[in-house]
Amino acid sequence: MVTVLERDSELRRRAWDAASSVVDPEIPVLTIADLGVLRDVVLDGDHVEVAITPTYSGCPAMNMIALEIEVALERAGFHRPKVRTVLSPAWTTDWMSEEGRRKLHAYGIAPPQASSSRRALFGEQAVACPQCGSDKTELLSEFGSTSCKALWRCKACREPFDYFKCH
Amino acid sequence: MLVANIQVAETPLVLYALRRADDALILGHRLSEWCGHAPMLEEDMALSNIALDLIGQARELYTYAAKAEGKDNDEDKLAYLRDVRQYRNLLLVEQPNGDFAQTLVRQFFYSAFADLYWRAMMASRDPTLAAIAAKSEKESAYHLRHASEWIIRLGDGTGESHARVQAAIDHLWAFTGEMFAVDDGERALIHAGIAIDPGSLRGRWLTTLSDVISEATLTLPQNDWMQQGGRSGRHSEHLGHLLSELQSMQRTFPGQTW
Repeated sequence: MVTVLERDSELRRRAWDAASSVVDPEIPVLTIADLGVLRDVVLDGDHVEVAITPTYSGCPAMNMIALEIEVALERAGFHRPKVRTVLSPAWTTDWMSEEGRRKLHAYGIAPPQASSSRRALFGEQAVACPQCGSDKTELLSEFGSTSCKALWRCKACREPFDYFKCH
Repeated sequence: MLVANIQVAETPLVLYALRRADDALILGHRLSEWCGHAPMLEEDMALSNIALDLIGQARELYTYAAKAEGKDNDEDKLAYLRDVRQYRNLLLVEQPNGDFAQTLVRQFFYSAFADLYWRAMMASRDPTLAAIAAKSEKESAYHLRHASEWIIRLGDGTGESHARVQAAIDHLWAFTGEMFAVDDGERALIHAGIAIDPGSLRGRWLTTLSDVISEATLTLPQNDWMQQGGRSGRHSEHLGHLLSELQSMQRTFPGQTW
């Protein structure tokens, strides 16, 4: 016999798995669970509501992520799922999973560092090159190809690389 | 114009959110005008990224203003269907991009304020404004660093870059007083713990400015006369031109969506 509670927790797990399979359209090696963008999955009867939080206020990937979550849940058999955006608490790179950091590094993007000196107006940062591992690197631009990345260059192997900036 | 302007019931709270939303949208739009024209690719991306952050902040604030008003308006109507006199942004943010120095000085004055403002607003008793503040604060800190580095590089650069950035400082200075002004409606919100008193930030704002500007070998004007009007809809000529571009699609094809 399956109790209602067991059924619900099984359903919720299936919904979570479906939602957390969605990847960031800009960094397709990271799922929204790796990123910490997926905040909650709530089940009410057979109805699912997913809470996500934006990385940056104007991140254009959020609309696409919400759409992909709806598609993933429909495919998993949940009808008319709802995606809700929550602002608080504000997203931080501290929420990125260890697994996420490893995947980023393997993909050639330097993962975010611990957010200690963010408040310093001109804080010194040392970011290791994801290609050759050298710490002889320099910042090219505070702003990279997406809101969440900065552009760096390695002085050892001469390769430019993205740094997922600490936020 | 084909489409009528909307009416907004400007209660103190609606007006408060609308003013900050308008600041972010107009400054974001100004920065987006650099897209494809900035002096180098990295800077093109930087200014577009900052524009994106600001427009994101504007969307949250408009959505909140519409909710606080409780009528039929939404973020799009508030952005696209109000005319110049209904806009409530600071005069500073609507000033034209001018040369690169003028764009960066405008950004520096605003970001130095926004950084302090949003950090203080995280303690607002209004949970939505506090949540918007927590996101905006992080973004503003980054914007301030970017602008500060440029002020130092240009000020302490060549004779030409120094002269241009000093001219921009002298020109835009008179638009900074408005950031610290408060009216009766806002005073009530400050009293209720929903808003913060911007006057309390002025000392620290000046310290940030002095630190960067002295490192840049530049000087702050001694002139105290300040131009105001944006908060009550009295704008410079520039805003109308900006809005005609920003709103042209919605005015031509009413209700058009992607």
